[in-house]
Amino acid sequence: MNNILIIGGTSAIATACARLWAEQHSRFMLVGRNAEKLQQTAADLQARGATEVQTHILDLDDLDGHAAMLERTQQLLQRIDIALVAHGSLPDQPMCERDPDYAVRAFTSNGLNVIALLTRLGNLMEVQGGGSIAVISSVAGERGRPSNYLYGSAKAAVSVFCSGLRARLFKSNVHLLTIKPGFVDTPMTQGLALPGLLLAQPDRVARDILSALQKRRLTLYTPWFWAPIMAVIKSIPEFAFKRLSL
Amino acid sequence: MKTLGSWGRYPYSPQQPIPCHWRQQVAEQGLAWRDCQAVGLPYGNGRSYGDSCLASSDQVLYMRPLARFIEADWQQGLVTVEAGMTLGELLQCSIAKGWFLPVTPGTRLATVGGAIANDVHGKNHHVQGTFGRHVDGIELVRTDLGLVQCSPTAHAELFNATLGGLGLTGVIVAATLRLRRIASSKIRLQQIRFDNLREYFAISRELDIRHEYNVAWVDCLAPLSQIGRGVFLAGDHHDQAPCKPRPVTTVRIPITPPIPLFNQLTLRALNSLYFRCKGTRPERLQDYDAFFYPLDRLLEWNRIYGPWGFQQYQCVIPHGDAEEAVGELLATIRRHNEGSFLAVLKNCGDMPSPGLLSFPMPGVSLALDFPQRGERTRKLFLILDHIVRDAGGRLYPAKDAHMSGDDFRAAYPAWERLENLRDPALLSQFWQRVTLQ
Repeated sequence: MNNILIIGGTSAIATACARLWAEQHSRFMLVGRNAEKLQQTAADLQARGATEVQTHILDLDDLDGHAAMLERTQQLLQRIDIALVAHGSLPDQPMCERDPDYAVRAFTSNGLNVIALLTRLGNLMEVQGGGSIAVISSVAGERGRPSNYLYGSAKAAVSVFCSGLRARLFKSNVHLLTIKPGFVDTPMTQGLALPGLLLAQPDRVARDILSALQKRRLTLYTPWFWAPIMAVIKSIPEFAFKRLSL
Repeated sequence: MKTLGSWGRYPYSPQQPIPCHWRQQVAEQGLAWRDCQAVGLPYGNGRSYGDSCLASSDQVLYMRPLARFIEADWQQGLVTVEAGMTLGELLQCSIAKGWFLPVTPGTRLATVGGAIANDVHGKNHHVQGTFGRHVDGIELVRTDLGLVQCSPTAHAELFNATLGGLGLTGVIVAATLRLRRIASSKIRLQQIRFDNLREYFAISRELDIRHEYNVAWVDCLAPLSQIGRGVFLAGDHHDQAPCKPRPVTTVRIPITPPIPLFNQLTLRALNSLYFRCKGTRPERLQDYDAFFYPLDRLLEWNRIYGPWGFQQYQCVIPHGDAEEAVGELLATIRRHNEGSFLAVLKNCGDMPSPGLLSFPMPGVSLALDFPQRGERTRKLFLILDHIVRDAGGRLYPAKDAHMSGDDFRAAYPAWERLENLRDPALLSQFWQRVTLQ
């Protein structure tokens, strides 16, 4: 039995992970913005075998709310075995190019608020002296592409922050997994025309995440073929890359 | 999201999906359709063969993401689930707790909503009847009435119309199902070879009373003199542990080959081989998935029929003339050199179906696949339809892409009651074809 905190508890990837954990009779704290959706997700997990599901309503952009949320989580779960940070939204890139306020907001909700959250969460886990943090970053954070470089740069910040935090928390026996999914079939990507062959289902990604957590892996590309794809994309020299419209 | 189609890939009519991730979205979309006087249709996991899952407008409400449990009482075996949950997903949770579906079709990839909308049946029809007999309640969203909780006691008429209602009476958002207890996830299987239809009927008469699950595979490509040979499978739930779900391991057919992968020669050889390998064997244990869902291991197996797709012909013939009519159907198919690997015979019991338009009736059901070959297929089906009509039988709307409006209306006289209860904003290509033409 695990005690699990999920930030962005109603997102498709988080739900898919939670369903697998529910079968192992875990206890949950789900954090999200929408009370109705949280309640429906909680009922689902309960029926699938979760021992206990608590919910907490919070917009992660409200940085001041993070502390209270973590305090309540600690009270209810006592110990956090796994914290999955799964919230995020796909900003409208053309809009980011026109409206700097929108761009900053998008960077905040995909990058800065994750960093703020991980700062508190990291300290908490450090004191606890164990457990795992899994953070959903993205392959988009590996290189800035014209089609979504705002989202990409926020995720790049998250990935780099995670690698530093990992090294720090390593000394306290806290494991940190950076998850880099490719295209996943979720409400977030619903409006995009994505290549069918590369599109993964959330439960496939979830199985990869659970297995990476178990093996205490550091970085996970999911599905696996994104590792070689990103290796190629990263190796293209910038003078050539700028001519590609990826 | 990419476009959707029917399982038989015929007729080809790409459907634009509107994905539904939360229950609230169903009502919102319904209102949107009503307000601009458009029509649509709920779509589950696309396991209907013909055009009953295709919207006349080519715009469907994609229900598959709605796959949550709403409530589960694992003491009583009573679960309320969202309509997009597949039967396999439900089993994955319920088997570990000692519960199984009281009725399951030959695929676990159908959704709960689809199973209700087609009032599906399984190998135990003679014992448990159709799926609809085990549904305690349905949460239906209609564009004219909003949310309706219907059950055998509340809004009973709408409830009965929704069982086998082809998704036309409103969008099924959730349903409460009564599961059945099992002690084991294994099936005790008995396998008996028969050489002709007479033997099949004799075995079936004898074993139907003794076993819960009965089905027979028929070699429809055997030489004319041996027509009706096949293998009878009789199964029951085993009574000893273990009771655990099996991991879903599948191989996907990755592409649609430009031509069908099989021709009559290779199929005939395959069928003969299958018949020879499957001799009469003493009782043994088999995993539930191998027994109920052998084809689910090959994901998207419908692709083997190539880009033109295929049609499944499934009819039920009432007992009286069944032996003669089934013999005639098989002989006709053989003479036309058509038919395929899958020909399935099974007895339907006399358990009444609650649905207005449920397919099963007391008699024998025959199902087989035909690669779509245009005019050739159409002509053969005309002859088969004639035999079925004369024997007082009928075809299965969930599998159908060809039956005539006259045949449908004669075989399903309750269709007008369903039409009266139809949600004005829902219309399928099937319904348009058989009621308006």
